[in-house]
Amino acid sequence: MKSPFIAVSKSEFILYLREPSAFFFTLIFPLLLMLLFASIWGNEPFPGEEFGYVDFSVTAFMGMVMVTSFIMSLTTSMAAYREKGILKRFRAAPVTPFSILMGQLAAVFAVTVAGVILLLIAGFAIYDLKFMGNFFEFVFVFHLSAVSIAALGFIPASLAPTARSGEVIANIMYFPMLFLSGAALPHSMLPDFLKDISLLLPLTHAIKLMQGVWLGGHFWDYPVHLAVLIGFVFAGLFVSVRFFRWE
Amino acid sequence: MSENVVTVQNLIKHYKDVKAVDGISFAVKRGEIFGIVGPNGAGKTTTIECIASMRRADSGSVDVLGLDPVKDSIVLKRRIGLQQQESEIQDRLRLWEAMELFSSFYDTVLDWKALLKQLNLWEKKDSFYSALSGGQKKRFFVAMALIGDPEIVFLDEFTSGLDPQSRISIWKLVKELRDQGRTIVLSTHYMDEAEKLCDRVAIIDHGKLTALDSPSNLISMHGGHIRVQFDVGDVFDGESLSRLEGVESVLNDGNVCTLEVSASSTIVEIVKKLDAMGQGLDSFRIEAPTLEDVFLNITGREVRD
Repeated sequence: MKSPFIAVSKSEFILYLREPSAFFFTLIFPLLLMLLFASIWGNEPFPGEEFGYVDFSVTAFMGMVMVTSFIMSLTTSMAAYREKGILKRFRAAPVTPFSILMGQLAAVFAVTVAGVILLLIAGFAIYDLKFMGNFFEFVFVFHLSAVSIAALGFIPASLAPTARSGEVIANIMYFPMLFLSGAALPHSMLPDFLKDISLLLPLTHAIKLMQGVWLGGHFWDYPVHLAVLIGFVFAGLFVSVRFFRWE
Repeated sequence: MSENVVTVQNLIKHYKDVKAVDGISFAVKRGEIFGIVGPNGAGKTTTIECIASMRRADSGSVDVLGLDPVKDSIVLKRRIGLQQQESEIQDRLRLWEAMELFSSFYDTVLDWKALLKQLNLWEKKDSFYSALSGGQKKRFFVAMALIGDPEIVFLDEFTSGLDPQSRISIWKLVKELRDQGRTIVLSTHYMDEAEKLCDRVAIIDHGKLTALDSPSNLISMHGGHIRVQFDVGDVFDGESLSRLEGVESVLNDGNVCTLEVSASSTIVEIVKKLDAMGQGLDSFRIEAPTLEDVFLNITGREVRD
């Protein structure tokens, strides 16, 4: 038997490749931003530390790639599908909202991995990036972060009625996450009250967890981040599947 | 008598204040072509959507192939196919890719290559969906409705906006589908189409079922009189024909005389009478009542707004 999930991911991936403008924000923009900040701060170890700016921030840019894919791309494309009646056509077939969402997710996940690899290549090649953690632990926290942010993105993707509203909702979620979570700006530069606000955003926890493991920590040292991310997975899946709108 | 594959009882569906479907009941038999006709906004699409598991009825019961369209949605959708009036697929998907994608949703599928050939879309298989004309999109959605090898095919306004040739080729396809043992439920506001194609027709108006029977029974019950119109090539007073049995009315208009008759046997009598009167004929036309007349007589208005 053929799998709807695999077929949807395949077609979504093909469609993604045919829409080159999406590449810029997912693949190129975070890379440019990382190179910009790195050209200012360099990657010399901070005083009293073994790591420098790029070692410290590369995970934040990974978070930025995730938010671009899983919140921006997913929401805008699902909202447009809804408005145009594409979901209505899917609905006439024996396919569940979950298969459609997961298929879309798999397609943008592939692009996300490509974006992260670009960041790593640039980091290793230009700034002598150092990875100080356990590889498998990092793979685990990376995937947990991705799934958690994706589950959050599922909510507007499942509900936004029109392409326009999808864009607005995605932007409202995207920019605060971008600036408050340490993705575009180092988290340490934020005033305290913004730091507190940023703790409400899953991206903050994702970046802190990935950062911790990247710099040599263990994932079990971060129970709060883990719990928040896992909580968002369940909340996002529940809301999106329960309240999914076809039209 | 074959089994019922669709049973609808007292179906009611509101949209906000509008009562789209207002207590409709009917049953569709296996292997028939069942037509739902009525003007735009009569509730045809909503009725089909409630049966095909696209919408939840406010009240009433719907049974399709022994399944509940609300509770058994996915199981039911594997066994039926729906062509919708307003839906799309992704602009930048090629037709063959869309066919492969939707094939993956079903356990048993028809060969999409044969379907595209049958619907005259084979040479478009590598085109983007966005490059299709309106008529081609329509035909493509018929192919999509058939891809899952459905037991029941729902075709909603399946020929509106199609050119006459495409209409005729889809009619042929619909009959082939029936001959393969499938059940077809279609909606149309073309009365000639329903009359030619359907085994039985349900007439819906303002969300209510107003009549349900075979086209020929509907016409003989509600179609009204046969119109006979002839021109004898000279001024003619048809009054002398009004005494013939079965002649209901006579209308003279110069050379042209129009009679309404209640039985076809009367037509023979008219011709005999004209012959006996020594009249030649320049033209002689018989206009049998159609479903269009049935609709007019039942609802008091034309089917098209």
